[in-house]
Amino acid sequence: MNYQVLLPQMLEATLMSLRIFFITLIFSLPLGMLVAMGRMSRLKILNLPMRFYILIMRGTPLMLQLLFLFYGMKPIFGIQLDRVLSAEAAFILNYAAYFAEIFRGGIESIPRGQHEAAKVLGFTKKQTFFRIILPQVVKRILPPMGNEFITLVKDTSLAQVIGVVELLKVTSNWVSSSVSMTPFVIAALFYLAMNAVVTRCFTVAENKLSYYR
Amino acid sequence: MQNPQTLTATDIRKSFDGTQVLKGISIQVTKGQVLAIIGPSGSGKSTFLRCVTQLETVDSGEISICGETLVKNDAAGKAVYANKAVCAKIGLHIGLVFQNFNLFPHLSVLQNITEAPVRVLHKSKEEAETIARDLLKKMGLSEKADAYPCQLSGGQQQRVSIARALAMNPDVLFFDEPTSALDPELTGEILKVIRGLAAEHRTMVVVTHEMKFARDVADYVVFMDNGVIVEQGPPEELFDHTQNERTKAFLSRFNET
Repeated sequence: MNYQVLLPQMLEATLMSLRIFFITLIFSLPLGMLVAMGRMSRLKILNLPMRFYILIMRGTPLMLQLLFLFYGMKPIFGIQLDRVLSAEAAFILNYAAYFAEIFRGGIESIPRGQHEAAKVLGFTKKQTFFRIILPQVVKRILPPMGNEFITLVKDTSLAQVIGVVELLKVTSNWVSSSVSMTPFVIAALFYLAMNAVVTRCFTVAENKLSYYR
Repeated sequence: MQNPQTLTATDIRKSFDGTQVLKGISIQVTKGQVLAIIGPSGSGKSTFLRCVTQLETVDSGEISICGETLVKNDAAGKAVYANKAVCAKIGLHIGLVFQNFNLFPHLSVLQNITEAPVRVLHKSKEEAETIARDLLKKMGLSEKADAYPCQLSGGQQQRVSIARALAMNPDVLFFDEPTSALDPELTGEILKVIRGLAAEHRTMVVVTHEMKFARDVADYVVFMDNGVIVEQGPPEELFDHTQNERTKAFLSRFNET
């Protein structure tokens, strides 16, 4: 096997995996917060569509969502997204639903007394949310968020079903042409390294926020 | 006005899911007065306090604080609240100390006290910190300014929450069973603080189960049971010379112990 060709190719494909990872996070975290807000609203016109959205996104396979966004948009809406864009859109929409439920759990776990204390002191709703509630939510949701981030690193490999050339796709091409398992082992180490970094980041964040209970 | 009423509540009614919790409560608090509200659990004391502090809305009745009307009845006898800006302004006249302290755990003791003066009253950080340190000194917690709430005892936390309320310089300070979450030893230190505030002629309304405290500190005592005021009057009258059977029965349980 020619490692001088294999490794640069795998590294390049890793960049694609990382691109999907970061684009997904940048867009799905804020989107997830909006979905959570809508889901917690007392207005049916907001919370019913959000419940439905979360049901669809969590209740159907991510792979199906990828296929649908790439192959299904043209016949239904007449729009054809390119492969990478379809993949990113699918990941963003899917992960936003999971993040929304994590945010909701975090926000609802803050005791009502915190809202009441803030209200009696004269804070506006916006000040209460951003200065009192959200900082406490961040601390509480770090462990489940860590899970999602790690899952996302590995889920990026699903993008190959719509022809996105990411790490696992390049790897399996090499495996079939060279009849060697070594590329799989290398790919596993790549994923492991990425998730070691993710894990480390979450540990640091948790330690930073451990100054209070 | 000779006797400015800091708080006037008239015929306050409130139901939760069809159960009437407040069945027409009326009280008046004069500037500088300490009012104690006593009564068994579930009598509506805390609900009444929560209505006056805008944590609950009333179904009917009138509330005015420092001459400003928070809520009054319309022609049909249903409560109509002032607009949002007026409600917020009235809210600044009052402070509330909770049973469970409700300090902000992610903020230091000093930040807990300065956050509202800075964000709500738009005081400078320096001014807010000066006020906060003075209050902490008064509470005997000067050395705890940089600690976090989780590092403090219950009594210390409650003193910080009193300082937090005082930092907003309210015209009337409400206490919702301020010692109920504390053991007897720590109860004493909180009662001492409230006694000190009474000596400064702070206007206060204290919902409490501490009968001895109510008798010593309050100028006026209200005994509530089952959503109504059973009896009210100066403490010596209510505690020593009551003719009311319900009041007698309630107080006898405390005298036994």
